[in-house]
Amino acid sequence: MTFRAKHLLGIEQLSPQDIRSILDLADQYADLNRRGEKRGDVLSGMTQINMFFENSTRTQSSFELAGKRLGADVMNMSMQTSSTKKGETLVDTALTLNAMRPDLLVVRHGSAGAVSLLADKVNCAVLNAGDGKHEHPTQALLDALAIRRAKGRLHRLNIAICGDIAHSRVARSNIILLGKMENRIRLVGPPTLVPSQMSEFGCEIYDNMAEGLKDVDVVMMLRLQKERMDGGFIPSEREFYHRYGLDHEKLSHAKDDAIVMHPGPMNRGVEIDGDVADDINRSVIQEQVEMGVAVRMAVMDLLARNLRETRKTQVMA
Amino acid sequence: MEHFTFTNAVVVDPEGGTQETGSLTVENGVITAVNAEQPTGNVVDCNGKYLAPGIVDIGVKVSEPGERHKESFQSAGRAAAAGGVTTMVTRPDTLPAIDTPEVLEFVSRRALIDSPVRVLPMAALTKGRDGREMTEIGFLQDAGAVAFTDCDRVVSDTKVYTRALTYARSLNALVISHIQEPILSEGAAVTSGKFAALKGLPAVSPMAERMGLDRDIAMIEMTGAKLHIDQITTARALPALERAKNNGLDITAGVSIHHLTLNELDVADYRTFFKVKPPLRSEDDRLAVIDALRHGLIDIISSMHTPQDEESKRLPFEQAASGAVALETLLPAAMRLVHSDGIDMPTLFRALSLNPSKRLGLETGRIAVGAPADLVLFDASAPFVMNRERLLSKSKNTPFDGARMQGKVLATFVGGTQVYGDH
Repeated sequence: MTFRAKHLLGIEQLSPQDIRSILDLADQYADLNRRGEKRGDVLSGMTQINMFFENSTRTQSSFELAGKRLGADVMNMSMQTSSTKKGETLVDTALTLNAMRPDLLVVRHGSAGAVSLLADKVNCAVLNAGDGKHEHPTQALLDALAIRRAKGRLHRLNIAICGDIAHSRVARSNIILLGKMENRIRLVGPPTLVPSQMSEFGCEIYDNMAEGLKDVDVVMMLRLQKERMDGGFIPSEREFYHRYGLDHEKLSHAKDDAIVMHPGPMNRGVEIDGDVADDINRSVIQEQVEMGVAVRMAVMDLLARNLRETRKTQVMA
Repeated sequence: MEHFTFTNAVVVDPEGGTQETGSLTVENGVITAVNAEQPTGNVVDCNGKYLAPGIVDIGVKVSEPGERHKESFQSAGRAAAAGGVTTMVTRPDTLPAIDTPEVLEFVSRRALIDSPVRVLPMAALTKGRDGREMTEIGFLQDAGAVAFTDCDRVVSDTKVYTRALTYARSLNALVISHIQEPILSEGAAVTSGKFAALKGLPAVSPMAERMGLDRDIAMIEMTGAKLHIDQITTARALPALERAKNNGLDITAGVSIHHLTLNELDVADYRTFFKVKPPLRSEDDRLAVIDALRHGLIDIISSMHTPQDEESKRLPFEQAASGAVALETLLPAAMRLVHSDGIDMPTLFRALSLNPSKRLGLETGRIAVGAPADLVLFDASAPFVMNRERLLSKSKNTPFDGARMQGKVLATFVGGTQVYGDH
């Protein structure tokens, strides 16, 4: 195990070896999760607080389940109804929570960098569950695990990430992770939603699905993030669906065994056709959800080990 | 009044473009001799340190009235003295805005009582700085306003702007504008590019500056007004500025010390002390602007001193307030331009002292017989590590905290009176 970090704030901080360590452990948890008796005890006695400043059902329940399966005491705080509405600053909220002595803090926030700001102020391990348009590291890790299990490897693959790249933290984390693991990444979408600077990350940029999907191994669709858009980035959803929505015709340009992914929640008929999403031979969308729990268990397990290690040395010193 | 002679000083003369070891005699607050044969009065041996005209800093925010907990005339004045700034040209973006002669008089009175350095107030161009109605430019000018500006707000209504500029021209009043195209810039925290994409921060294209500049050039071509651009920070805006100057328009341009010495990558892990307006630019832009400064296309360097308290900065980057304090760090930061970027001392002080004085019609900024003895004595190479807690400003929001810097102010004189230093 090489993953020695105190927090998981982004994929940017991880080395390829860190990523492999996390995925290897997650693989074990994925197998464990398929058994009848799922409960472990590596987080027993530890307190996990989920702080979601933005609404989320899927990610929050995935983190909650992961924590519970590892034996942690899990508390969910819905920050939208809490004191932040009464004018308390993020830092004050962090200090208040810190005084309750949690061990793991899972945070989602609408502003880029907010989670790392919070991590500076607390003594526990902090997991970024999405900060603005910046990063969503566990999503990228679970995508990587799903790819590795489906394709048998996580390098030298041609991967197309399609749709709303501009507003997507999932895209950002995936681009960084898949780049670190030496894959070829294509970004496909209308130019208003694919920032041209992305070519500086070594990505190839396409505004045409047929060309962008040609001979790829993985097609990763993204949700059109209407809530993050301030104004019209596309003329209409139906035109977007016509030009960029993934259907069997567009998918036919990819390799015959290409897999289809989507981080969810899906807008059927906007970025993805229902038939493709439900095609059990191509779609690994349900597998992604399953791997989500496993990856989060692995990350929390590793962070808890590092936390215990730090506390031990603090006691000795 | 005092009578003394600085000897053994490297005198920086931005007007003559020279820096030569010599002496300078001061009597009754004015320079009475340069390189006199015999020193007269008290002799101040400068030990080969630099002696230059004091800095005239256009665009200092003193948070009076309204936010004295961030900065007062006393704290800003002391910080200015410690930084070699002998004239603060203050901004009207206070609470309330300085947009009536009454508020302006309050400010002038406070400044007179509390500030050890000269204070020349600017007034708002439009009432409440909200771009709808011009202020009483004539009355404000009579009350002492040296320029008119809505600071970081753009008068987007071109009819209002045309009238304000036309009216200002009739009074020969200087208007200072912020040119970042406001709609494109709205909500942006950084400059678009790889860094912004990596950090997931809302960004604005550097082209927003070009757009605003083009508009303002057309406006002064139409109205004949006298315009100074507060900050030009991008390479793409420079050719337009050069054309406007070559066409004989009465236009000058400034840049903040931060845009000359820092770039977008300095923001690093969401460090909000590096959030300024306009946002820090790419290294290519920084170098292009330094080059423009070297050739005189960019006329003026200012601190854009903007005090912010901890609460307004200790927030996620997008929500954090913009601006940095810089009165005390202006000179040491500017020394980076001398030590690393090939700007010579006379060129630097042309932009720090002479040009702002000329633009405002002041006698300061010169090493000449009869000029006010507003002077700064400094060691250009003395190294130190910047510690923000030691700043005299009430607000400590400097991007240079912990930075290794060179250049220390040894003494500052305003009208022949020492306002800072041990000499």
